[in-house]
Amino acid sequence: MKVTLRNPDREVDVPGGRAIREVLDELGVSADTVLVIRDGELVTRHDHVAESDQLEVRPVISGGGP
Amino acid sequence: MKCRRCPGTAVIELRRHNAAFCKRCFSEVFVEQVRKAIRRFAMIGAGDRVLVAVSGGKDSLALWDVLLDLGYDVDGLYLGLGIGEYSDRSREVTASFAESRGAQLTVVDLAEEYGYDIPTAGRKGARSTCAVCGLSKRYVFNKAAVDGGYDVIATGHNLDDEAATLLGNTLRWKTEYIARQSPSLAAETGMVKKVKPLHRLSELETAAFAFLRGIDYVVDECPLVAGNTQLRHKEAMNAIEASSPGTKAEFFLGYLDRGKALFAREDDVELTPCGECGQPTTARYCAFCRARAQVLGERLGEGPPVVVEDRDVVASMSGEVMPIEIYGRAPA
Repeated sequence: MKVTLRNPDREVDVPGGRAIREVLDELGVSADTVLVIRDGELVTRHDHVAESDQLEVRPVISGGGP
Repeated sequence: MKCRRCPGTAVIELRRHNAAFCKRCFSEVFVEQVRKAIRRFAMIGAGDRVLVAVSGGKDSLALWDVLLDLGYDVDGLYLGLGIGEYSDRSREVTASFAESRGAQLTVVDLAEEYGYDIPTAGRKGARSTCAVCGLSKRYVFNKAAVDGGYDVIATGHNLDDEAATLLGNTLRWKTEYIARQSPSLAAETGMVKKVKPLHRLSELETAAFAFLRGIDYVVDECPLVAGNTQLRHKEAMNAIEASSPGTKAEFFLGYLDRGKALFAREDDVELTPCGECGQPTTARYCAFCRARAQVLGERLGEGPPVVVEDRDVVASMSGEVMPIEIYGRAPA
């Protein structure tokens, strides 16, 4: 399964067929600090992903202030 | 995972509320929190003209979106910082949002109006890049609001921003700054009222709201932000939040409810017009004019070359740790 990580942008391959929480754990990412997007929709850490899915993991932290 | 409010499927989980929401219910919750913030701090009065400071990021565009939907008379102000492609993209998405909503956007370019950009100021000035950026923003926003006859300046500071600022000031026991931190800063001579209607909402929530509303915002981080103090404080708060959901909100919202009154206000100083620009200041020249003169290698009035005093270099963070002439006073 392909996962696109933002800031900095990169793409990684990880196993699918499990909960998004497990994918994030493997990537070392806290679910509270990112949006996870599948097919243009937000998904929660409890949702499951298939091997054929593509995810975008988008950080929400900004350091410069609005 | 089901929505807490309806049978729909949840798209976002908010662990600090021990709840999850579908797209429609989350948007309702988000707007309710903004309304609550505005009401609790009497941020915007009937007939007030509001100027929202927009950067092209998730927070400021989400704020502008909500304020427009709530029917406020709100225009946008974008400040071009001259940070290469990042600023180009920020201006583009901001202009695109304004056009899509039929909203009024004013663009001010720092280099064109004031003779410097942020990368140059970061290299040449006594302040850190983020500090001079924050100073420039606050100065230009206030000046534009005064010149434009606006009653209120609204910024997209969220719960994470405010909690990180409070943490930074607490770690150094900056009691004067702690006393001054507020989601609503009163207007006074030469200074427009400033409000932060998103202070009850986390970065996760503002990002999710912007995404779900289809707002095209700049996802990339500012390329100059590496090492930013506030970013480190946010990471520290997030590490605590990961094991104790709700700590961040309890820290900042609890400060507003129970902590703020414990800190004495020490901002009883007289503001006079800056000898250079006329904006209010506690000194002969305001912090912005002193910083600008230093970056440009200019003199102010008949005086010697500008030397930035220690009291002006108040912090390397871009938060609210700034002199009162720029930051303003919290309501009593």
